[in-house]
Amino acid sequence: MTQNIINKIWQSHVVQSKPDFPDTLYIDRILLHEVTSAQAFAELKQRGIPIRNKQNLLATVDHSIPTDKNRAVIVDEIARTQVDTLRANCKETGVTIYDIESSHQGIVHVVGPELGFTLPGTTIICGDSHTSTHGAFGALAFGVGTSEITHAMASSCILQDKPKTFKVEFKGMPNQYFTAKDAILKLISVIGIGGGKGCVIEYVGEYIRSLSMEGRMTICNMSIECGARAGLVAPDATTFAYLQGRQYAPQGAAWERAKAEWSALVSDTGASYDHEIVIDIEGAGPMLTWGINPEHAIALSGQTPALDAGGDRATLEKAYAYTGLTPGQSLKGTPIDFAFVGSCTNGRIEDLRAVAKILDGRKVSSRVTMYIVPGSEQVMAQAQAEGLDKIFIAAGADFRMPGCSMCLAMNPDKVPEGKRCVSTSNRNFIGRQGPNSITHLASPQTTAASAVLGFIASEESL
Amino acid sequence: MQKFTTLTSPVIPLNLDNVDTDMIIPAQHLKSVSKLGFGEHVFSALRKMYPDFILNQPAYNTGKILLSKANFGCGSSREHAVWAIQQYGIQAVVCSSFSDIFFNNAAKNCLLLISLPEETIAKWIDASLADSSLAMTIDLEAQKISFMGETHSFKYDTFRKHCLINGLDDLDYLLSQEKDITAYEQKHCNISR
Ligand code: SF4
Repeated sequence: MTQNIINKIWQSHVVQSKPDFPDTLYIDRILLHEVTSAQAFAELKQRGIPIRNKQNLLATVDHSIPTDKNRAVIVDEIARTQVDTLRANCKETGVTIYDIESSHQGIVHVVGPELGFTLPGTTIICGDSHTSTHGAFGALAFGVGTSEITHAMASSCILQDKPKTFKVEFKGMPNQYFTAKDAILKLISVIGIGGGKGCVIEYVGEYIRSLSMEGRMTICNMSIECGARAGLVAPDATTFAYLQGRQYAPQGAAWERAKAEWSALVSDTGASYDHEIVIDIEGAGPMLTWGINPEHAIALSGQTPALDAGGDRATLEKAYAYTGLTPGQSLKGTPIDFAFVGSCTNGRIEDLRAVAKILDGRKVSSRVTMYIVPGSEQVMAQAQAEGLDKIFIAAGADFRMPGCSMCLAMNPDKVPEGKRCVSTSNRNFIGRQGPNSITHLASPQTTAASAVLGFIASEESL
Repeated sequence: MQKFTTLTSPVIPLNLDNVDTDMIIPAQHLKSVSKLGFGEHVFSALRKMYPDFILNQPAYNTGKILLSKANFGCGSSREHAVWAIQQYGIQAVVCSSFSDIFFNNAAKNCLLLISLPEETIAKWIDASLADSSLAMTIDLEAQKISFMGETHSFKYDTFRKHCLINGLDDLDYLLSQEKDITAYEQKHCNISR
């Protein structure tokens, strides 16, 4: 029978399946961070249940840590308790943790792939919705709540209803300023923030194949923003080249065997899906969001939608009231106060290189505060080795230590009240980057160009 | 686990699509390492920003049933959103649709979620906005929901219903499959995983 890759991975992980019951799904990898794991450790301890396969767990700290040079000192008492609790839990149970003094600390979704912990054909969960990032490697990776983390720690399994499958094909070749971030914003603007509900998306097409692993991760990362449970790309030579030699990837003869196995991990010709869509990106340029959720994305060359353009009118009205914009306007030229490059969406080396290319020999506008936050220690070290840090500093940007930073208002990095930020992160929800702050999601290139000019602009305007 | 059978209560009409978990419990309140203490922060940003927000209106703040529109609970996977809603005193959320992760998280904490057609939801929201004293009755065993003299059937997953009515826990169910899990591991867990 012909099968798509999603069903192949699913079926190979079903431990038990009964009618009217969710499937018992085997989980190969569990990623932990300080915000959503404490309650899981506590519950297991209280019930006297050991961790079933602790070698399948990996922890790091990212969400609530500061990103200044002095970050070992966490002033916020509650954040410090979270971090210390994770440290103590890992120590007590023997779970590997990449803490701030290790060379592999970073945002959990940047660290997993970088270590080769994320492998094709595996199932991966984390108490964070952007776990979908790991799907870029042909893994079935999804965000879960703390209860499911607890279940997987105890039994290596969780209960899940089989997802629907959704094939998304990007067709055509965009213009030179279009990036993976623009592709995913485009998809979300077309299908809406609930458009992928109940589904796992497989991204296909020439454009996807042409992308680096970084670009694929950016796309899979934001799959959750259209409501999908996960997004993935079938593994290919690009995937294998990225993984070879990484710390947790199989080595030697085992690598060859694994590669052979992974090569079969593709959708069969003629395989069917529950939904399919083709997104035409022929000649498309940069996108960015104007409103209060990721489906409020438009082409940078376009205009904000009319109130009756479709969708929930109350939400649109609220979005305009919150962002201080009006229907039918162009966003180009809108003055900004902050620019943020980072997060699990766009905090990898390729993103930093793209930003450095734009900032090289230029200055960040005097009205703009620009944060550049590497996704991990490894990304930071690589950027320093390539001299990108010097370019950032010379341009007047603030090059910070790895963490989630300004992606969410949970650590000291926040966009102040009423300020407008162009951001490479993934959510423009009300208050996401700080109470009453305004977020425009965009690619690293658009963010850097806007930072230089002091207003919303694409790289092309430089 | 708390069991759920029937519930009669006034409703809290939240007339919005896409209520995300950042709205339900803003990130600055996620720093606890326990499962408690979230109820007082439910919808805190919206409550602060909009003085007439529904939960700021005394006529509505005793409801145990939250009524909202499409794609409720989208965004971040934080289970804290479910804890916050429950700790505030809400036992059921009735909407036209829910996000997947929120749906799973709710089931694991015995928060009952019911989906009904958009038109019904819209009508009920209007009615409860006009009259805060209207009460709703939910009978999970019979899968019936009544409001404004109308009774509708709703679909509910067999397994989750079984768990809710009996106050059962997913983890006990999973651990009872120990033999199957071990057999699976012996067969499948190899080098390419
Ligand atoms: S960078 Fe942002 S989206 Fe990514 S894991 Fe951190 S907080 Fe979540």
